[in-house]
Amino acid sequence: MDTEMDQIYQIDVGNLLAFNPNHRFSSAPSSREELVKECVTEGTKLVQAIADTLFNFPSTESVDGPLVQLPPPTTKLPREKHLPRPKPPTKWEEFALKKGIQKRKKDKIVYDETTDKFKRRHGYDRVNDDNDIPIIEAKASDEPGEDPFAKRLDDKKKRVDKQQKNRLQNLKSAAKAGALPSHVQLAASALPITGTKAQPKKLGKEELGDVAGLAATSTASGGKFDKKLPGEKPPKKQGKHHKYLPVVPRYGWVDEEKEQTNKVLGKLLSKHSHEILNVGKAINMYNDKKEKKKSGRSDKLKPKKDITKKKPYANKANK
Amino acid sequence: MMEIRTPKTHKAKRVLEKRAPKLVENGKKTLILHGTKTSATLSSVLMELYRLKKGGAIKYSRRNENIRPFESGGETSLEFFSQKTDCSIFAYGSHTKKRPDNLVLGRMYDHHVYDLIEVGIDNFKSLLSFSYDKKIAPHEGSKPFICFTGEGFENVPELKQLKEVLTDLFRGEVVDNLNLTGLDRAYICSAISPTKVFLTHCAIKLKKSGSIVPRIELVEVGPSMDLVIRRNRLPNEGLRKEAMKSSKDKPKKKVKNVDQDDVLGKRGRIFIPEQEVGKTPLPDKSKGVKRERREGKLKKKSKEEGSASKKHKESE
Repeated sequence: MDTEMDQIYQIDVGNLLAFNPNHRFSSAPSSREELVKECVTEGTKLVQAIADTLFNFPSTESVDGPLVQLPPPTTKLPREKHLPRPKPPTKWEEFALKKGIQKRKKDKIVYDETTDKFKRRHGYDRVNDDNDIPIIEAKASDEPGEDPFAKRLDDKKKRVDKQQKNRLQNLKSAAKAGALPSHVQLAASALPITGTKAQPKKLGKEELGDVAGLAATSTASGGKFDKKLPGEKPPKKQGKHHKYLPVVPRYGWVDEEKEQTNKVLGKLLSKHSHEILNVGKAINMYNDKKEKKKSGRSDKLKPKKDITKKKPYANKANK
Repeated sequence: MMEIRTPKTHKAKRVLEKRAPKLVENGKKTLILHGTKTSATLSSVLMELYRLKKGGAIKYSRRNENIRPFESGGETSLEFFSQKTDCSIFAYGSHTKKRPDNLVLGRMYDHHVYDLIEVGIDNFKSLLSFSYDKKIAPHEGSKPFICFTGEGFENVPELKQLKEVLTDLFRGEVVDNLNLTGLDRAYICSAISPTKVFLTHCAIKLKKSGSIVPRIELVEVGPSMDLVIRRNRLPNEGLRKEAMKSSKDKPKKKVKNVDQDDVLGKRGRIFIPEQEVGKTPLPDKSKGVKRERREGKLKKKSKEEGSASKKHKESE
């Protein structure tokens, strides 16, 4: 083979890449086919050169065929993403470093002294389970009305919330340094209305239609001639809702109007008609009406009569 | 108000970890898309490029009007797509009167445009127009040989950049072990003039030769085209330096419970859990313990008692 040419080629076995910097293509364009042929023959030489080195590597036999260990590529190509940045130490890590606290491996099984058994540290039937405590002894500092069990739960909740807050702060500082762990995303949740914690309620389809209808009635023509958007339904029947019974009863059907009047009459003229009447309510209504009439319906509009004032010509009549 | 969002499924977590920046990176994926107008040649070029890079490429079929790679504001769409699909190389094709059959090859660093090179396509021959023995057709996803010929690739800066981009484009994954029977394709790039590169794709035929190394024969199978250099944009120095940075050492895998001793050599520690021989639960196969026997016994006992009480009563 052309061993001299081998040295002149730049071969990168890791990438299966070969470069021949010395070939000069004739500037005078020969025919297309000849040019193509020339390129392919030059390419063949290069591939042969790579294959020479490749097939001479120690190969291991596998099911698919001979496997060869490729060397790492020599041509430097740009990375697609930045190098992973080191995470800034968390607040606890800084404190531990300062104090010289070493991390200690915790065992999964721990000896429980209350029951002389080995129990697991986390999970079902664990050591020091909060729910398992039957009696909490009262201390001198305890208030009489306080529930110590509820207090324990409350304390735990506070601790958990504090930890969540600390975790968030640690992640924020990591994000600032560009080293947020890949599976975590910090997102701004919905912004609350100033002052309230409540989130704005989302209106449903019907509710929106109702509101649109209400708004339409405020127009001069009551929303009748408003331009409707595509897909907007016509307004539901507006105004008073009357249900009129048919004047002429349908053949074979009961006369509904007659039934209606009979029903009312029956109730009024029945034996127990006095029981229908709510006497107390009727009396109250009557009394209210009477009082209103007495005091004058438009109290504010009419000038108040002053009883102490005497009429100017009252005595003249008695003369 | 900030909240922490973590993936709720293992699959989502794995996807996120795959896309995270790592010391040793995954193979670069290619995004293939086109602009407002494409010609017949350009659309077949993009289609065949996608076929060649199947498995490591994503092809968008809709036209994108607001992508202008060489303009300052026209890259935002590209960067967004790159972020969404996790692709770091893109091939954007467009056809205008001024730049007919235009192909822009670009790379991304951290989902921002790193460098661009614009080529025009001449004398395109589709892979359907080549006739060859189907047995030697290269398999999908096989690692290719890449060959560059011509002094232009060393002397002309645009061609140098094109060489780098083409290497990145055709390289695929970086592998440690290679199966020698799976080598079946080669890309030949020849700088036929300082502004023109002839690119072709060939299948490899291995022929018997005297030694272990087989004789290589190349047969043109794939698309072949002439690339005419138009515009390019090099990465700025600072960005290039940062992108070329690589950490030298691989992450050291911690091997636990192994010590290296100068005197004794390599020592390992084995932990055996405590064997409580007295407390091992043996299967209780004794006859008296079986449930049926127990129940039978109880019945018998109660029967006896009943009869005993009866007897007692009778006797009374």
